[in-house]
Parts: sequence; structure tokens; C-alpha cells
Amino acid sequence: MKYFQLVWAALFRRKTRTTFTLLSVLAAFLLFGLLNSVRSAFTGASNSVAGASRLITVSKISMTMSLPKSLLERIEAQPGIAEVTYANWFGGIYQDPKNFFPSQAVADNFLDLYPEWELPTDQRKAFHDIRTGAIVGASLAEKYHWKIGDKVPLQAALVPQKDGSTTWTFDLVGIYHVADPNLRGQENNFYFNWNYLDEARQIDKGTVGWYVIKLADRNVADQVAGAVDALSFDSDHETKTESEQAFTAAFAGQFGDIGLIVGAIIGAVFFTLVLLTGNTMAQAVRERVPELAILKTLGFTNRGVLALVLAESVLLLVLGGVVGLALAGVVVNALRTSLPAMGPTSPMVPVGAASWVQGLCLMVVVGLIVGALPAVRGMRLKIVDALSGR
Amino acid sequence: MNTQRILRSSAVTSTALIVPVILLLVAPWWVLVAAAAAFAVWLALTRAGRQSLSIARVGIATLGQRLGSSSVVVIGIAGVVGVLVALLAMAAGFEATLAQTGTDDTAIVLRAGAQAETNSIVDHASAQIIAQAPQVLQSEHGHPIASPELVVIATLPKRTTGLDANVELRGVGEGAWDLHRNIKLIEGRQFSPGLRELMAGKNAHEQFKGLDVGSTLKLNGQLWTIVGLFDSSDSHNSELWGDSPVVGATYRRGSNTNSVVVRLTDAAAFDAFKAGLASDPRLKVDVLTTRDYYNRQSETMGRLIRIVGTTIAVIMAIGAVFGALNTMYAAVSARAREIATLRAIGFRGGAVIVSVLLETMLLALLGGALGAMLTWAVFDNYSASTLGMNFSQVVFSFRVSPSLLWSGLKWALAIGFVGGVFPAMRAARMSVTAGLREM
Repeated sequence: MKYFQLVWAALFRRKTRTTFTLLSVLAAFLLFGLLNSVRSAFTGASNSVAGASRLITVSKISMTMSLPKSLLERIEAQPGIAEVTYANWFGGIYQDPKNFFPSQAVADNFLDLYPEWELPTDQRKAFHDIRTGAIVGASLAEKYHWKIGDKVPLQAALVPQKDGSTTWTFDLVGIYHVADPNLRGQENNFYFNWNYLDEARQIDKGTVGWYVIKLADRNVADQVAGAVDALSFDSDHETKTESEQAFTAAFAGQFGDIGLIVGAIIGAVFFTLVLLTGNTMAQAVRERVPELAILKTLGFTNRGVLALVLAESVLLLVLGGVVGLALAGVVVNALRTSLPAMGPTSPMVPVGAASWVQGLCLMVVVGLIVGALPAVRGMRLKIVDALSGR
Repeated sequence: MNTQRILRSSAVTSTALIVPVILLLVAPWWVLVAAAAAFAVWLALTRAGRQSLSIARVGIATLGQRLGSSSVVVIGIAGVVGVLVALLAMAAGFEATLAQTGTDDTAIVLRAGAQAETNSIVDHASAQIIAQAPQVLQSEHGHPIASPELVVIATLPKRTTGLDANVELRGVGEGAWDLHRNIKLIEGRQFSPGLRELMAGKNAHEQFKGLDVGSTLKLNGQLWTIVGLFDSSDSHNSELWGDSPVVGATYRRGSNTNSVVVRLTDAAAFDAFKAGLASDPRLKVDVLTTRDYYNRQSETMGRLIRIVGTTIAVIMAIGAVFGALNTMYAAVSARAREIATLRAIGFRGGAVIVSVLLETMLLALLGGALGAMLTWAVFDNYSASTLGMNFSQVVFSFRVSPSLLWSGLKWALAIGFVGGVFPAMRAARMSVTAGLREM
């Protein structure tokens, strides 16, 4: 630490050059933060602790086909299951087809299986008591300026009521929050009572879209999934049960291989970055050859010089990178609420601890790579040659 | 006084910077070609032009000595252009695949308010009325060319990952073969009406397991046989086709379908067809040409990819600009003595500016061409799939068109210009005496 000032002074010896390089590093890590946020939105949503003990049962034919509600009791009777709930896709539209968000009719105990959704007790009770009650995530409420007590009409072209009307009116009774930043995309959901849906709808009565199973023991997931699927084997409503994680991953995978695309872009960005900062460091060391020789004359060891140059390049990367990632956090927060939801998640999640850890590792690694050649050159300098400018 | 001068000079610099960049990015190609030609004439004929050219020649000849730092400009810009062109090619490919699916002389009829086929229901009686409209073309046998179509989603494992994905199963009516005239049978035969037989589109066959001719698969509890493969070279290629009534019966849809597609007598008949259905009190439907319908389906996804692609490219471009600035400042200061000598023997400041700009833009052009060519080599016709309008996989090919390559080059030149202009000005403003003393 005592050499920090020395490294700092060396770094800002040429202010313009260092500033430009810092800005390039900043741009690279800004991009890294943004793209990583998109990637975790598609892959990270299901990696929560609570999610690991949940299974999803959908129709084997296609997840858009519904299942009979009579299956509920038979699933509940299986061993190894703590609780079962169910839900229906609703596909409601608020005022304009552009205002689309996930809306689902859910069973009374749905929130018991999703403890990540935090809802105050009195609102929870209201949701239970009021037939036409609905709860929404905080992000969604904020977007449309909804408050508790509002009446919210949704259009659902596919779900006509008994009188043929496709407008469903709900009473907003609760607003839930999600604490985990990786799951914040789920704050865009709209939930209402399945009973209201089933009583009022014209067609498909007594069917549910999917079941959610909470396992008593996480280790018996495969056995339980097999047993549940065996219930409907060879019937006209065969099911497919898998972990929530596998289900979400398969769903996200249908949009395309986001991981591959993001990986390729980040690869291109960092390849360029290594070249660019490597060039800067090479220039910096070349210019300072006599200074490094003086340091050695003063008694710095070869390794000491190596460490100084490496520290300088790592510092360069960390300075630019930290600002870039912080900026990415700001940008993501601004964009997140305004982007349309894609499938189960919003297309971005806030830049979380995992991104920061990855980012910091990248900064150090890239810093060491680009510093390596110039540092070795500095280490091998012969004092006499360097001082005489040979 | 002083602040005023600084303000004015920074205003002048930014206008000098922004105007050419915007011109470069939005001007049509002939304006740029004309500008380049005029510039070439200026270089060749005027004294200042010839001066610039000779300084630039020295700069370019000595590029080899600055290979490392020059390659930063080239590769940095190649990266930006490569990523930009690849992402835009993805959007263009997706939109082109869907746009080809529609034509102006076929129309799709959906229930009023339904945005997509999966949200629409048309009952059998309405389908009959629609097919009887006078603007619907009659086939050789005197039947109207109309196809009540039903879209359901099946889940099949993908060949690449083995993971389940959605495939669209389209039930089509008798008129389908006259409606979709571009469809070619590439293996097997057409399905027979009334039987549980399916045909698979070329892309669906490539993408999913178990769709070879002769194989059977179980959908909704019933066994279906694949009897043929077809190639429509549009988004229908990602679908399975079967007989509409049979699909409807298997999926318990009764006699309802999602849409009715008709072939019109000609494209001009569309307005009359639409007006006719709108005034019929028995119907509550939306009518679109299929071209309109499919264009609308690709709009959101295309726009999303384009916005994301441009944003990424802009951020990368900012990084590349700073890289170019560093390189060119270093180049200028390495040549400080030489430039000062030239100034001392009468070369003008303007010629120095132009020569440095020329060198940077040349490097940028090289980078842009490298990035564009690499993308073209790797991604042209690269096949990808995403979740399309009917909640099922749509296969499309990246399309690296000449116009995309051209816009990639324009981006490269713009980056080169911004990265070169400041070092160029410094080179011109350097004091001659100080420059001559420089070691």
C-alpha cells in the first residue's frame, strides 16, 4: 500500500492518454454490466433457494394446453409433496395491446408456495376475501400508477365471460414486493383469484394451466416428478413435471441462445479491450524506461518493478471498470421498468453481487494480462543500458 | 472574455464534429460518393491537396513502425462493425422471413380485436360466409380458394439440445395448396384429408427430432404419421401441417378455426373484400393482407433487436473512438519533429490536418472492411430460431445484405473521423519551434 502514490503518479503521468484508456475500459465494462443483466434475466430467475424445491407440472402436449383440476387431489396424495397449487394463464391486456404483462389466475394457496413475493398480511387477507381482488407487483403498479382500491379492467380476447364480454374488472387489493434483485422481474406480474375466473368464464371450466408442487424434501424431486406424470400416463391429458429451474431454462432457451450471443459479444469487446489497454501500457512503459532504471538504481528489485507495472495496469482496469459497472447499474435501473416483459421475466435484472464479483475478477485478470509483457520488459531492464538510452 | 472564447471554440469544434458525422451516417450513398470524388479531385489538383497527399503518404509508409498501435484502431473498429452488422443482420433476417410469408393478394381474416392467430376464433358458419365473398378467387373446380386455418402448439425435443420447444401445428383447408403457391414438396407426398397425417416444413424437420418421413409421433394422445416434407422458404417452413378438421377434432376445437386465409382475385380487390366483410352484420372480423399481418408480427422483435444492436454498437464505438484517439495522438507526437519541419518549409496547417485525418480514416476503413467481411463470412445465412408470434419456434437466417455492409463501413468512417480530428488539429497547432526541438 505504501507504493500506492507511486503507482497512481505513474498512471496519470500522461493524463490525456490515461483518461482515454479509462473511458475505453469504462465503455467495455458498461457493456459487460448491461449484457450480463440481460443474461441473468434469462437464466438466473430460477436459481433462487425457494425455486429449488418447486416442481412445475404442465401438459405434455404443450404448455399452452390446460389440465383438469381433478388432478389436484391425486397429485396431493403422492408421497414427498408438501403442498400443491395451480394457476391459469390469463393473457390480459390493459387498455392497449402494447400494455401487455403476465397476468395469471391463481389458487388461494399460491402465495404460500412463493414466499419470495412479499405481501402485507392485511392485503393478503383482502386478496383471500374479495372474489374480484387482484394483486400486482410493485414495478407494475408504479408503471401504470395503480393504487390499492383502484378498479382495473383487463381485456382477455381468449377468455370470454358467460355473457360473452371479454372485459374483466378487478379490484386492486394488494401490491407485493420482491426483495431478491435477480427476481425483480417478477414484480411485473398481475395475479387474481382462480375461483373468480372459473365461475365467470364461458369455456374451459374446471381446468387449470399448470400445477406447482412444493417438495417436502428437495432430494426426491425426480421420484415425485415420475410419480406425478405416471398419474395421467396414457390419458388424454398426459403431464410433464420438471423442476422450476429446468422449466424456466427451457422456456428462456426458446427465445434463442441468449448466453451464446451475449458471450460472443462480450468476447469481442474484451479482445479489443486487451489490445487497446495493452497498447497503452506498452507505450507507458516504453516512455518510462529511464525512470524505471532510476527506481532500480534506488534499490527496487526486479520483482518490485514487475509488481509496480502490474499494479499500474490492474489499477487502470479497476478504476475504469468500477465506474463502468456502476454506470451499468444506473442504466439498467432506468431501462428495466420501461422495457416490455419477455415471457416469465423482464429482460433485465439489476446488476447484482454476482455481476460485481465476475466483473472485478475480469478487471484483475485483464489487468494482469495486459500488464504482463510491459512488466516483464521493465523487470529485465539493465540499469546501465536503460540509463544510457540504449 | 476568456470563458466566452472557450465556449465559442468548443461550440465550433462540436459543430465541426457532429455535422460531418451525422452527414456520414444518414446521407445516401451517392452524396458520399460525390463527396469522395470531389475530395479526390481536390487532393489531386490543388496545391494544399497535393501537400496533404504527400504528408499522408509519409504517414502511411511509416505505419509499419507503429504496427501495434495502428492495429488497435483497425481491430477496435472491426469489432464494432462486426457486432453491429451481425445484430442488424439478425433483425433483417427475421423480418425478411416473415415478410416473405405474406403477399398482397392473399388476405387473412381474424376475429375483431385479435392481434394474432392464436388469439382469434372464427366459427364454421363465419368461415363459410367469408369464403363466399365475391372477391375470393375461384379454383379450376369452381371452389373458392380459401383455407380455414387452425394453429395449435405441440412440444417436441430439439435436435441440438434435446430440450423441448414449441412447434406450430397448422391445420389447413383444401385451398391451402392454391393459396401458398410457393410451397414445394421435397419428400414424400401431401397429407390426405381426413387422415391423421402430417407434413413437416424443412426448418421444422431440421430443428426437431422425429420428423422424418415415415415416422410417427404422438400428439394429444393420437398417433400421427409424417408423410411429407415441404419447403416454402418462409416462416411456414417452421411448421407442421395437417388437415384442419382432423387437427380440430384431435384438439377438441369443434369446427372452430383460428383464421380464414383467402386468395383474392387480385391485390386491388382487397379494399372491396374488407369493406364487404365489415358491412356484413353476421361477422365481427378484422381483415388484413397477409403481407400486412406478417410484417406486423415481426415488427416488435425486429425493432427490439435493432435497438439493442445499435445501443451495443454505440457503446463499443465510444470505446473504439478513445482507442483511436490514443493511437493517433501517439502517432502525431512521434512525428512531431517531421511535421514541424514540413511546416517550417512552407506546408500549410490545413494540409497537416487533412493528412492525419486521411490516415485515420484509412485505418478505420480497413477495420470496417475487416469487420464487415468477417461477419459476412461467418453469419450470412447463419440459421437461428426464436419464439415467434404464435408462441412457437420460427427459424430464420441472418441476412448480411450489401446495404448492411455499407452502413457498417459508414460507422467505421464516422469513428475514424472522430478519432482522427482532434489529433489532426493538435498536429496543425503544434508550435514549429517547439516541434523542431523535440527529440
